[in-house]
Amino acid sequence: MLRFITPLLAGLLFGVGLEMSGMTDTRVVLGFLDLAGAWNPTLMFVMVGGLLVTVPGFNYLLKKRKPVLCDDYCLPSKQDVDAKLLLGSALFGIGWGLYGYCPGPAIASLSTLSTEPVLFVAAMIAGMLIHRFTAS
Amino acid sequence: MEQAWIMALAGGLLIGGSSLVMLAVLGRIAGISGILAGCLTSETDGLWRFLFVAGLIAGPLLFRTFSGMDAPLPSEAGWPLTIVAGLLVGFGTRLGGGCTSGHGICGIGRLSIRSISATLTFMVLGFVTVFIVRHLLGGI
Repeated sequence: MLRFITPLLAGLLFGVGLEMSGMTDTRVVLGFLDLAGAWNPTLMFVMVGGLLVTVPGFNYLLKKRKPVLCDDYCLPSKQDVDAKLLLGSALFGIGWGLYGYCPGPAIASLSTLSTEPVLFVAAMIAGMLIHRFTAS
Repeated sequence: MEQAWIMALAGGLLIGGSSLVMLAVLGRIAGISGILAGCLTSETDGLWRFLFVAGLIAGPLLFRTFSGMDAPLPSEAGWPLTIVAGLLVGFGTRLGGGCTSGHGICGIGRLSIRSISATLTFMVLGFVTVFIVRHLLGGI
């Protein structure tokens, strides 16, 4: 039961967090990214709040505990900073700056039933599939 | 809104809490781009990803119901820009192995050099893109 309730509740918590923080509002996001304009720094506190939990929390879990439902953590195995990481992150940053959605807020905004997030998420999924079928 | 930063901080704490629960119980990183990409494969034990995405869509509905706040207005960027930006975000987050959540909150949370590098990169490119669009091209 925990296997099903946990991701549902965690997703719910994540979605509430995105909505209340302003991350799902493209105007707020672009205002945060507009350093040279009327800069709106409030979204910095989203990262501050998130890291206040994950930095000590992850450190404790990864060192002292095993996951409740499996034997070991599923963590990325790559360690080195490579060209793909930087190029991919750069392309993502450009898309984020053009529109104001990163993946979480885009999906969470499907809740508005507006056509804009539906089109954005469809294009985002297409981008993911293009990567899958072109990556060596 | 004066309390905007308090709402942002509280939202960040919830996002961090969600990530912590995912790691503690399922041993998984709550990286949204990775979870969505995983939904597109035929992996048989991937139900948790669909449940997480369902929660992610239901969360804002729940918040708006209880807070009485309206949903943010949709972007006025127009469909060509929406498609271009969506393609860049989808392709870029897969090539770069993560997004704001997986690299920014979870990866930095475990002090990964890759995630710190990725986060700095997409933040800087986000700043530069908005600067070019708004201050060099006069907005679009």
